[in-house]
Amino acid sequence: MPHISLPEGLAGITAGFAFRPETAKPMRELAHILLHEPNSLSPGERELIATYVSSQNDCYFCQTSHGAAAACHLGSTEVVKQVKTDFQTAPVSPKLKALLAIAGKVQQGGKNVTSGDVDHARSLGATDLEIHDTVLIAAAFSMFNRYVDGLGTWQPRDEAIYAQMGEHLAAEGYRKRPPEHPEPSYYETARAALK
Amino acid sequence: MAYISLPEELPGIRGAMAFRPETARPLNDLVETLLHGANTLSPGERELIATYVSYLNYCHYCQSIHGAIAAASLNDNEDLVKRVKADFQHADISDKLKALLVIASKVQKGGKHVTAEDVEHARSLGANDLEIHDTVLIAAAFCMFNRYVDGLGTWQPHDEAMYRERGKRVAREGYVTVSKEYLPAEAAAR
Repeated sequence: MPHISLPEGLAGITAGFAFRPETAKPMRELAHILLHEPNSLSPGERELIATYVSSQNDCYFCQTSHGAAAACHLGSTEVVKQVKTDFQTAPVSPKLKALLAIAGKVQQGGKNVTSGDVDHARSLGATDLEIHDTVLIAAAFSMFNRYVDGLGTWQPRDEAIYAQMGEHLAAEGYRKRPPEHPEPSYYETARAALK
Repeated sequence: MAYISLPEELPGIRGAMAFRPETARPLNDLVETLLHGANTLSPGERELIATYVSYLNYCHYCQSIHGAIAAASLNDNEDLVKRVKADFQHADISDKLKALLVIASKVQKGGKHVTAEDVEHARSLGANDLEIHDTVLIAAAFCMFNRYVDGLGTWQPHDEAMYRERGKRVAREGYVTVSKEYLPAEAAAR
């Protein structure tokens, strides 16, 4: 049971988004820019960073949906599993491993990142923008994960739902509210209370 | 020295936002809605939640600037901000806000720490669903902002007068307006 009256039938963050469209808009926009818009890191690589951080935060909805998006981009569910289990031995580039190490530090707390971690990533070809985006993706998922779990959202344990979600996210990104997720009318009542 | 080449004269999150205006815009929109927009929780109460979470995350820049904005929103009561950070259960704030600060501190540790009892307690003291939602999201968002500011090794001056002056401006004008001074016009535009 969610901690507040979230719309029924909407999983994970989509329920929080439907409840509060004003905050959903910038959160969707942020995810879209970080994970979907053109970048020297591929969408698959960025989804792996998001998935890894969500896995470290033990957020089922986020690690499964972003894991599915990553698998869709990369054409492999196996590499997603390996990155979550032990990214150092996963078949990803040394540069991405160095960025995942930075993301793992950010997940624990920003001060854990050292200049040595950053120099290592840079020596493997990471640019300032890639390092910036890695830090912000890891920080943003430290928010998204807490939002999803902190509201006690419904997180169905059905892989097929997430596979479908992953395909949608990989193709469309995050900017648009899916048409099957209308804003609930009862939200109008809550808005009226603000005035 | 920041870990990447950020504009030298801009402290904390401002340097990071100037480096990447594309992400700065939704970040400013989010914080504007959560802390400065219309709400049944006052701006001062919401800034206290942001300050407390930033304090728990040991982020000097964020706890100083949001502490200053909180004080500016609470009749310049800097002492109250200090008391909330040190021991909010004995600070001169409402019981409802204390219950919301408990929820915020659970979110800071991890979303799963929030219990139905924490939420019921807040509700019994008058908190509504929207206030509980926003408390969870403010706490979650500051777990992002704090990690962003510290994870890039940004410059975080120890200059109370600077934070006090800046805090008064942000309290008055909001986040989106003040961001225009360090973001290109097209990125800061709403």
